[in-house]
Amino acid sequence: MSISTTAFNFVREVVRAESAIVLEPGKEYLVESRLLPLARQANHPDVDAYVAELSTRRNPAALKQVVEALTTNETSWFRDSDPFTALRQSIFPTLAKTRSNREIRVWAAACSSGQEPYSILMTAQDTPELAGWKIDMLATDLSQEMLDKAKAGEYSQLEVNRGLPATTMVRHFERSGLHWRINPALAAQVQFRQLNLVRPFPPMGKFDIVFLRNVLIYFDLATKRDILRRVRQVMAPDGHLFLGAAEMTMGVDDAWERVPAGRSSVYKVREEQPTCAR
Amino acid sequence: MRALIVDDSRAMRRIVGRILVDAGYEVLEAGDGQEAIDVLEAQAELPALACVDWNMPVMDGLTFITEVRKRPEWRSITLMMVTTESEQDRIVRALAAGAHEYLIKPFTGEALMEKLDLLGLLPVPAGDPS
Repeated sequence: MSISTTAFNFVREVVRAESAIVLEPGKEYLVESRLLPLARQANHPDVDAYVAELSTRRNPAALKQVVEALTTNETSWFRDSDPFTALRQSIFPTLAKTRSNREIRVWAAACSSGQEPYSILMTAQDTPELAGWKIDMLATDLSQEMLDKAKAGEYSQLEVNRGLPATTMVRHFERSGLHWRINPALAAQVQFRQLNLVRPFPPMGKFDIVFLRNVLIYFDLATKRDILRRVRQVMAPDGHLFLGAAEMTMGVDDAWERVPAGRSSVYKVREEQPTCAR
Repeated sequence: MRALIVDDSRAMRRIVGRILVDAGYEVLEAGDGQEAIDVLEAQAELPALACVDWNMPVMDGLTFITEVRKRPEWRSITLMMVTTESEQDRIVRALAAGAHEYLIKPFTGEALMEKLDLLGLLPVPAGDPS
């Protein structure tokens, strides 16, 4: 599936008029991947159908959303902050009481340029209950380019400005020319691996914590359901799944149960599975 | 909530001011550290936040932050350095002097909002762009 030339040209024109940013030919993939969540939200099967409606109705709020989706590109550290507060205040301390091997296994399933797995590790280091514990962190992404960047652990000024507390920045990063490099000891704790969520997972063992945030929005219902079903199989019995703020399992895979965690929510596999899910 | 922007560049005060006004702040301005102290002394209601540039004439941002920290009656003000100074030791110095956060110029509106979120200073919940 790829975006039609008509749709691409329309989006290009809107973005150029509103933000002066020019999307060169070749950026079709970017347009499609950024707009797919908006298309899904508006109940369109694909980006072309969504753009066709946009070009007919020209709803200013919808056009603004399109421009924002295409002009915001850095991921932030501690994105949405609440999940990381929940880790530090409740989830890590609870796991610290129940894991006798002093090891916690974490999977960041769509790690992009690495901000998420590193934020999780920095949060673990700030959790007194985990002093001396090992965090076994697997970080995966579809894009090898993103994985290479994540592994290099080098970030621009604009990237370190995003959501990274100054005290954390001076503690975990070193200036390296115009860039900031994450502490190599922290980077060495992460195993980066390419993984396509829509394909069967390779053997990975069980995880205590899975971050699968802001990625299900890219998939249709059947694919979401299939991914959530397979994620269930890699969860430790009392494992915690984090989804994006706009995502939920309800109506997609009801074998998950939503549990409050501070100002955030996590999902746990229900102890009694609904019959249809067996 | 109110915020004080301390920067000798009028353009910078306007940019930061616009982001803060959009976030629901009422904005006060000063062109250097001394003027900022005068502004604070004249306020019946203190600002919750001060965004402070480092390099300014008359009184620089680091001195201003040090001065604010000496005054117990101004303890409620959250101080964020907003500057082009990006060396690690500068950041450490600002934090040691009492800055609560540090934002390096240039920055995007989202970056400033995320810093306010870290500081618990978002007056209204930010809209979820997704």
